[in-house]
Amino acid sequence: MRLLNRYEKLVIQPPMASKQTLFEKIWNAHLVAQPSGRSPILYIDLHLVHEVTSPQAFDGLRAAGRKVRQTARTVATVDHNIPTEPRGTPITDLIAAKQISALQANCKEFGVRLFDMDSPDQGIVHVIGPELGLTRPGMTIVCGDSHTSTHGAFGALAFGIGTSEVEHVLATQCLAQQKPKTMKIDVRGRLAEGVTAKDLALGIIGQIGTDGATGHVIEYAGTAVRALSMEGRMTLCNMSIEAGARAGMVAPDEITFAYVKGKRFAPHGGEWEKAVEYWRSLPTDEGAAFDKIIEMDAAQLCPFVTWGTNPGMVAPVTGRVPEVNGLTQPERRSTELALLYMGLEPGKRIEDIGIDRVFIGSCTNSRIEDLRAAARVARGHHVSANVRAMVVPGSQTVKRAAEQEGLDQIFLDAGFEWRESGCSMCLGMNPDILQPGERCASTSNRNFEGRQGRGGRTHLVSPMMAAAAAIAGHFTDIRNWKFQ
Amino acid sequence: MKPFHTHHGRVAPLERVNVDTDQIIPKQFLKRIERTGFGQFLFYDWRFSGDGKKKVGFVLDEPRYAGASILVAGKNFGCGSSREHAVWALTDFGFRAVISSSFADIFANNSTKNGFLTVQLSEQEAAEVMRRAREKKDYELTIDLEQCEVRDDQGFRAKFPVDEFVRHCLLNGLDDIGLTLQHEGEISAYETAHPAPRSLLSSEA
Repeated sequence: MRLLNRYEKLVIQPPMASKQTLFEKIWNAHLVAQPSGRSPILYIDLHLVHEVTSPQAFDGLRAAGRKVRQTARTVATVDHNIPTEPRGTPITDLIAAKQISALQANCKEFGVRLFDMDSPDQGIVHVIGPELGLTRPGMTIVCGDSHTSTHGAFGALAFGIGTSEVEHVLATQCLAQQKPKTMKIDVRGRLAEGVTAKDLALGIIGQIGTDGATGHVIEYAGTAVRALSMEGRMTLCNMSIEAGARAGMVAPDEITFAYVKGKRFAPHGGEWEKAVEYWRSLPTDEGAAFDKIIEMDAAQLCPFVTWGTNPGMVAPVTGRVPEVNGLTQPERRSTELALLYMGLEPGKRIEDIGIDRVFIGSCTNSRIEDLRAAARVARGHHVSANVRAMVVPGSQTVKRAAEQEGLDQIFLDAGFEWRESGCSMCLGMNPDILQPGERCASTSNRNFEGRQGRGGRTHLVSPMMAAAAAIAGHFTDIRNWKFQ
Repeated sequence: MKPFHTHHGRVAPLERVNVDTDQIIPKQFLKRIERTGFGQFLFYDWRFSGDGKKKVGFVLDEPRYAGASILVAGKNFGCGSSREHAVWALTDFGFRAVISSSFADIFANNSTKNGFLTVQLSEQEAAEVMRRAREKKDYELTIDLEQCEVRDDQGFRAKFPVDEFVRHCLLNGLDDIGLTLQHEGEISAYETAHPAPRSLLSSEA
């Protein structure tokens, strides 16, 4: 699907050695060895660990008699399958409970710092890294989770890895990696009122496709990106993987430094000044070359809604579900399969799609700014009688901040559920799932078949669009919303 | 890791593009803490109905594809979640390789750690393998990692690209943690020059 008209792609000549991109500066600074005929070995500054993709890695360490090489650079939390009912409620899913206790035991045995279920700092791994100041510009960060790309918002090189590589990093604090290619996505102009970082991400994926950035690290640039808050940049970088990218990055600037400053694990005192001085050297040099450049005009973006079963299947809220006539194979077949699964007729108006559930949360959109935006929409309204709507803060810190601001009360008064932090219904590993056939407006990142529950139908939207859909009972253009 | 030299086997066609890892192994099966036993859950939601009964008509359950050890699928295979469980499910089910015109990066990376081969052919070549697997009875292929070549006994032959180091590891079944640790001196030197920031080392938590 090509949604945007002004779209150009150019390939530039290989870079001159003296001009480097943000990615190249970080890559080069972390090269431990470049053995001939092998992949370069890259040092990893921060390894984030969670319960789902780590047990087999710790088993591997045990079997080989290895230990965690750098416990100071390894941080764990529980997020994927913990319930979002009030803490202390017993976990009824025994296999999930076993996985959580396995992480607790592994962290104890190997000396890894764990932000456990009862910790005031627990939360989604990609929410707590930044809010604790663990995530900083210039770092290499990995986690056994594809949305690790989130941390690139700070001008870090952050990417998801599988369990074998989790074991590799635990054992060596390094990874053997092929050097990815670079892609710049330059977004000119400004996002209009009601058009958010989520819409920018969906607009990009709708344009370049779910494999449009495979093999590349994206650097997001341009005035529209520079104007984003850290929360917005995290949302944008988070969804890089949905375009197939290895990672997404935004060059650090004053907005970045202001966010990091004073965070618990951020550099303090004299270390802070030194760190900022280094961070200022990281942005891409003028004239540095990328393997691919895409230019976009922010003015062409609008609030988007996905209609299909991958994040590239998007339409403007004012648009329609696509027609299949006129499509060629294999696009026609994948569109037909998607519409069949989604229970949608070709040509249906997006605003006529009614919903049953709303999920506001996930590592994409569960930060304080996301909750503020959704609460602003919800204030003075009430969730539609046919809709069940949940708000799941990304972390305990976000939850406390929201409660201090009274956002919880706005949501509760409007008929939303206010829950404990975790990944929740983004992937439905805990009890928060869709029932077969239920249709959900979700602020998460994936609308794959069954992602939020077997037979569940997911439409990806921004937090404001999700809150508005909860109240209207169907998708509605947030740009016409009557705020109260 | 089980080495991969040459593999000969039956080919099953999965005529879908953008097959994501949520389809390969749905999340309800990610709670196991072992690497084994995932094969029974491969493509679960496509193969089984909500009550756990086998559905009719999924390609891998057609008798003619029983025992297939090579899968051919549409582009961008393995996109989405980084779960290595997807590779474990495919290998545990009996697959040694998957052929497509493109693969998602993390899936391809995970495959190399498990002696499982992602064979990237051109769109035309992948479509031709798909056609033959669909139309020819008992269609079999040979995947030859020594020659980086796929061939059948009916005249089809195609080269595929593979990173030289990855090929070396796969051919020899090498544990790449061991290979990295051969650079202990360089890692230690790097760590001496770049100690973990003091704020990370602090014991407060």
